[in-house]
Amino acid sequence: MKTITVNIVTPDGPVYDSEVSMVIAVTATGEMGVLPGHIPTVAPLGIGAVRLKKENSTELVAVSGGFLEIRPEKVTILAQSAETATEIDLARAQESAKRAEALLQARKDEIDYKRAELALKRAMNRINVYEGNI
Amino acid sequence: MASLRDIKTRITSTKKTSQITKAMQMVSASKLNKAEMSAKAFVPYMEKIQDVVASIAAGSSDVSNPMMMARPVKKTAYLVITSDRGLVGGYNSNILRTVMAKINERHTSSDEFVILSVGRKGRDFFAKKGYNIIESSIGLPDHPAFADIKEITRKAVGMFADGTYDEVYMYYNHYVSAISQEVTEKKVLPLTDIQPTGSTASYEFDPSAEVILEVLLPQYAESLIFGALLDGKASEHAASMTAMKSATDNASELIGDLTLVYNRARQAAITQEITEIVGGAAALE
Repeated sequence: MKTITVNIVTPDGPVYDSEVSMVIAVTATGEMGVLPGHIPTVAPLGIGAVRLKKENSTELVAVSGGFLEIRPEKVTILAQSAETATEIDLARAQESAKRAEALLQARKDEIDYKRAELALKRAMNRINVYEGNI
Repeated sequence: MASLRDIKTRITSTKKTSQITKAMQMVSASKLNKAEMSAKAFVPYMEKIQDVVASIAAGSSDVSNPMMMARPVKKTAYLVITSDRGLVGGYNSNILRTVMAKINERHTSSDEFVILSVGRKGRDFFAKKGYNIIESSIGLPDHPAFADIKEITRKAVGMFADGTYDEVYMYYNHYVSAISQEVTEKKVLPLTDIQPTGSTASYEFDPSAEVILEVLLPQYAESLIFGALLDGKASEHAASMTAMKSATDNASELIGDLTLVYNRARQAAITQEITEIVGGAAALE
């Protein structure tokens, strides 16, 4: 089976590096599936899970912010933060989800609201990836 | 001449000091090691983002973004990275001196620039001068993660975007080696000098090059600042290590000198005692 190299790097260092058969990522315009031999592409990433399909398993990585650089034989994901399912601190994610929800309830001003919304999205994304229900 | 006991006290206290500086030197050395590693871990990210930004900028010359355009400068921002603590030799004073020289050279009034300071030393220094510090951050961890500094970088880039200032210069100590760090000035914004790298693949853009630049450029600017912070931290630990090493060396030299003085004084006292005994015995005969 043809494979493609996937690299996920963050400012704090590389997170993931492996050969997979398919990459599915959430970009700004929707979900995007990448197979080996894809045309060189750059697309911004949203907050979401990157699915890395291997022969008979799927790995999940929670990413937020950044972009995807695709070359025929290699996919590089540059994210501001990225965690594999095993690295996620579930308690912390739940905590920040709770905090963000409280902020959303309070509905103070526009900027805080948006920020809380994003924080909630990130936290939910982490929780989902941790539990594997994507 | 100081009494035997005085000298003894000084030796003891100097020894204690040197134990402390020795310990601090070793702590800094291990922190330096770690800082070097996190600076290294950051390199792939920086290289990649530079690559992509450059290839977008080179591939489509008609693409423009406010962050890449130089505009008439009404206000300049200086982002100065210093440490929170002292005991780092010339680390802070070198930076502050360079910044002051640049400011004096470029500006006539303090309305023309603002300061963004990272680190307590820089903040205190500029506050004393009465400059306009619009953003300051202290208590940065020894090994900052990207999440720790996101707030600062986001604000620094955001205030450029909304027109609070029209250019941003960054000052930090670049880590050359454990014994040498040099003050570096870097223009962060606007991003006018993006160097195209060798491997310029032509990309498809989804949805479009403009949209991608809009997302990418702030991240690029933020990572430039993050890189400088990591570099600065490594330099800080290196400077602290060197300062503590020379303090320890000085202390052991001082201890050597004092021990010599102490032994001389002790010998003199003994000689005097013997002379007195001999003199007393001679008087009895």
